Amino acid sequence: MNRLAVELPGLSLKNPVMPASGCFGFGREYAQFYDLSKLGAIMIKATTKKPRFGNPTPRVAETPSGMLNAIGLQNPGLEKVMEEELPWLEQFDVPIIANIAGSTMEEYVEVAKHISKAPNVCALELNISCPNVKKGGIAFGTVPEIAAELTMLVKEVSEVPVYVKLSPNVANIVEMAKAIEAAGADGLTMINTLLGMRIDVKTAKPILANRTGGLSGPAIKPIAIRMIYEVSQAVSIPIIGMGGIQSAEDVIEFFYAGASAVAVGTANFIDPFVCPNIIDKLPTLLDELGIGHISECTGRSWKKGERSVYCGA
Amino acid sequence: MKREHMTVVRHEQIAKNIYEITLSGHLVEEMNAPGQFVHVKVTSQTAPLLRRPLSLCRIDQDASECTLIYRKVGIGTTLLSEKRPGETVDVLGPLGNGFPLDAVEKGQRALLVGGGIGVPPLYELAKQLVEKGVIVTNVLGFQTKDAVFYEQEFSMFGETYVATVDGSYGMKGFVTDVIDQRGISFDVLYACGPKPMLKALEQAFPHKEVYLSLEERMGCGIGACFACVCRVPDSETAYKKVCSDGPVFKAGEVVL
Repeated sequence: MNRLAVELPGLSLKNPVMPASGCFGFGREYAQFYDLSKLGAIMIKATTKKPRFGNPTPRVAETPSGMLNAIGLQNPGLEKVMEEELPWLEQFDVPIIANIAGSTMEEYVEVAKHISKAPNVCALELNISCPNVKKGGIAFGTVPEIAAELTMLVKEVSEVPVYVKLSPNVANIVEMAKAIEAAGADGLTMINTLLGMRIDVKTAKPILANRTGGLSGPAIKPIAIRMIYEVSQAVSIPIIGMGGIQSAEDVIEFFYAGASAVAVGTANFIDPFVCPNIIDKLPTLLDELGIGHISECTGRSWKKGERSVYCGA
Repeated sequence: MKREHMTVVRHEQIAKNIYEITLSGHLVEEMNAPGQFVHVKVTSQTAPLLRRPLSLCRIDQDASECTLIYRKVGIGTTLLSEKRPGETVDVLGPLGNGFPLDAVEKGQRALLVGGGIGVPPLYELAKQLVEKGVIVTNVLGFQTKDAVFYEQEFSMFGETYVATVDGSYGMKGFVTDVIDQRGISFDVLYACGPKPMLKALEQAFPHKEVYLSLEERMGCGIGACFACVCRVPDSETAYKKVCSDGPVFKAGEVVL
């Protein structure tokens, strides 16, 4: 029995750990460090219809136990991703989750229609929560009715299951999640970055050229945990959890909160080996916790009848 | 490119807020190109979270040692400055592409221009160029007298001029003033330093072969995060990443 294998809509994962979109490019850089087949899945960098340069630099600023980024969805565009990046990834035994973004509903639909036909794309991740683009992105992720409409339109054309990436920059994330579930989403991924800002003490000006950016890293983990805890009890579709994960213990905590799989983001920047290291440590940690299969952890923090995990196993 | 906890062998302050740290470890075997950098995690804690890109100043294969020179400016480099011999530092590297040594032939002249904390990578470059039989001239620019370092070290490899912006040491002015006033001739120019200096050099020598090493805020250091991109001339979407396509670029290759 593979204790780490997880079944989700469209995804048969050998383990529940995957790099998060925007933190792994299209995998090429990390393939220099390890065999990408080791990963549960790969969430590729957000793809838009046309190539995007993104925002001016500086694009990153460090914060206590975190970082702000304002990359601005830089990517080579749908055509190049279809012709070069996805075929290159086919050499690895790993399902791809294609993160898609756009500035109009039509653009999302067009990207979804084409990219979902790629042989190794097993699911889409609808990016309606990027805080760093003026048009699109977060604009679609803060109004439940708009998010639901977009989800429905993308579902109509997608050949693979659709996961919607939720923004934490909303008043009521449960309401948002419910609207997206009702619109037919197959799963949720959460959380995207939190909108933040830093100002240079010497110049009195924002450090990021974009002024504001998305906060990620260990600093946001408690927020992600709380939001997954709330949303997972309110919806019945699975959640891929993310937000500051850097260890096997963090993975278990996300599962306890209600996640069925996890994505590792910023930690890849600090330790390129973080994903395979976490995957290697999970079985030992499950042993220590007396847990047979990782799926047993999902929602353990709120499920009735689930108490101490030590059962003498 | 690997990750290793390297051991601090020596660590001392060599100018105002400027520190020289020598590390030993197997990672040195991977290092050969001057201008490459390493990505240093100064603490195992989550704050500060990110690594610090520091250029290689000296590579000593026989001793399995490498030397980095950095300026103490913030919390990360302050923590690094507290590391003592025997302690370890988490290093990822070597990263990026260094200065091309084959751009200059034996007997030809190379001009090396460094500004402030851009000076260190030129040391290993000067060493390797001289070993190759290239005639090296060094022009080193600093803000003020207190910030000057490595003048002696560079003068071992060739004629070395020092300039300070406030004139408190060496010639007064910028590195470009020194090159003008001394009428220094060269076949190839290699430079590392602040962007205004690199721009001035690029504009001053449009018909020469010029290689520039850029500095930029980095996230991952390996090309994955897209934090350190710069534009390519005459394109709306083309880009180069300073960390993995650079940090050394031929003048004109990227928009400064």
